[in-house]
Amino acid sequence: MRTTTVVIGAGQAGLAMSWWLARRSIDHVVIERGEVAHSWKTERWDSLTLLTPNWQSRLPGYGYQGNDPDGFRTMPETIGFIERYAEVMSAPVRSHNRVTSVRSREEGYEVVTDHGNWQCGTVVLATGACNTAVVPAVAEALPSAITTLTPMQYRNPGQLEEGGVLVVGASASGVQIADEIQRSGRPVTLAVGEHVRVPRVYRGKDIKWWMDASGVLDQRHDEVDDIVRARNVPSLQLAGYSDRRTIDLNSLTGIGVKLVGRLAGINAGKAQFSGSLRNVCALADLKMIRLLKTNDEWARENGRDGDVGAPQRFAPTEVEESPPLLLDFTRSRIKTIIWATGFRPDYSWLDLPILDRKGTIRHDGGIVDAPGVYLLGMPFLRRRKSSLIDGVGDDARDLSAHLASYLRERAVTNVTA
Amino acid sequence: MTTATTEKPVNNGVNVDALFGAREALTKAPEAAQFKWRASCEWIKGTQSRSTVEGFYGLGAEQKHKTKFSFHSDHPEVFASEDTGATPVEIVLAGLAGCLTAGIAAVAQARDVQLRSVKATLEAGMDIRGILGADPDVRNGFDGIKVLYKIDADASPDDIKAIVAQSQKRSAVYDIITNPTNVTVEVK
Repeated sequence: MRTTTVVIGAGQAGLAMSWWLARRSIDHVVIERGEVAHSWKTERWDSLTLLTPNWQSRLPGYGYQGNDPDGFRTMPETIGFIERYAEVMSAPVRSHNRVTSVRSREEGYEVVTDHGNWQCGTVVLATGACNTAVVPAVAEALPSAITTLTPMQYRNPGQLEEGGVLVVGASASGVQIADEIQRSGRPVTLAVGEHVRVPRVYRGKDIKWWMDASGVLDQRHDEVDDIVRARNVPSLQLAGYSDRRTIDLNSLTGIGVKLVGRLAGINAGKAQFSGSLRNVCALADLKMIRLLKTNDEWARENGRDGDVGAPQRFAPTEVEESPPLLLDFTRSRIKTIIWATGFRPDYSWLDLPILDRKGTIRHDGGIVDAPGVYLLGMPFLRRRKSSLIDGVGDDARDLSAHLASYLRERAVTNVTA
Repeated sequence: MTTATTEKPVNNGVNVDALFGAREALTKAPEAAQFKWRASCEWIKGTQSRSTVEGFYGLGAEQKHKTKFSFHSDHPEVFASEDTGATPVEIVLAGLAGCLTAGIAAVAQARDVQLRSVKATLEAGMDIRGILGADPDVRNGFDGIKVLYKIDADASPDDIKAIVAQSQKRSAVYDIITNPTNVTVEVK
């Protein structure tokens, strides 16, 4: 089979690209291993809601239509939203096609799937940033009696044995999971490394409103000092609760969660925690204050003080005098560990020489280091908002324009050759 | 910006351009980033010994300090020693202070903050029943370390705190102390 562009992945990124390709009259297919919004359907826990408010889901030619713009979508609502997008734009999605290889061919690329092969001139990789849960190497030393789950396997507290739970990681997934497990009556110990603390609502407005209105989310990849660091910042400590309450380490200790430092090792049935808890909390508190001050300055300079409430400051993170450095799995009755230690993409099917020594794709703002190949839907790909449903549209516009001009140049070269 | 009101450019005596340059170069050549730090030590008598440092390995080659540095260690009289040098645990505190303070100077330089004075006091608690073997439940090492910085600089209190926090984040000795490290001791 032959087409001009093969888009791999039918989530928000692949669909936004499809919308732009259609608009530019570029013949294409969107290949999907499962169904539209597959990861949202099969790899998320039950209570998860989007961390961005409903209004903040502006996709090309599509957006929120309901009457709860400040609410947060549940998973079924998110899936419905993305499925409707695919329907509305009649995206050429080939579902249940698993890509097993992408390789170079003389005339471009070959995309091999379990339902036939595609020859194409350009490829868009839109398979997402969160294909695999990262589990640290220390997990190998865990006592076998401990059940381990990643956020992709975790569904709800009911699936856990009674007893203590160690949640490793205090970014968005870790804090949300810790909160609901603690509330289920299972005592939670939370291992905290570097994290990003933000209030859900600041001066009466959602934190995402501030980031959107002040232009922070539009900040470009070629404008920041250190793009590698910006792309690796942990997810904001946020939850999309219907009451818009803030989740942070203080709210968790308030319901009885025990904080310990970053998990540093497992030795002889004991977990070892870093003595750096106080500093990672201080770093997060100071960075939050800096963000809030930036918001305050922006509001003052742009005459928006009247639209928002009075400036607020929040209590510093409370850390006990001497947080435990060791935890004996048996004595502390820990039955389960949840590795909320991040996610990474899976490129095992990609047979192109485009990975760097750390296994990430070499690219400049989504223009991959292989002619005609593009990457989409990754953290800070082209803008701070690149990994958001709301942010992928602008990236798809830019990259589809580059793709179109690449095709034109190639056509000219072929004619003159 | 604070830099606009500063007459002279910020100078804490740290060449951050060289450090950022090294970071970029070593990202591309991680082999050169592999260092080996070394020390040698010889017993003198009693609880006294002298440790020296001179050579180390890094940037793909053997390197050498300009001079050989030596550290004489002993224990105080309350330990029935002659007290001819610092106690090794105090040298650990000195190492932590030296590392964090160097980091503060570098981070301040990178953030365009002029330092005028940086002073630290450190205190570490220890229950010596551990090292005496008097109670198997007491650990040998510190039960905690407190570091107190007094810093005079051209920056707000929060910015100074942020510099100190960043210095801890990037400190080798802070990491060595706060995280476990495998130690192999052999006898030939």
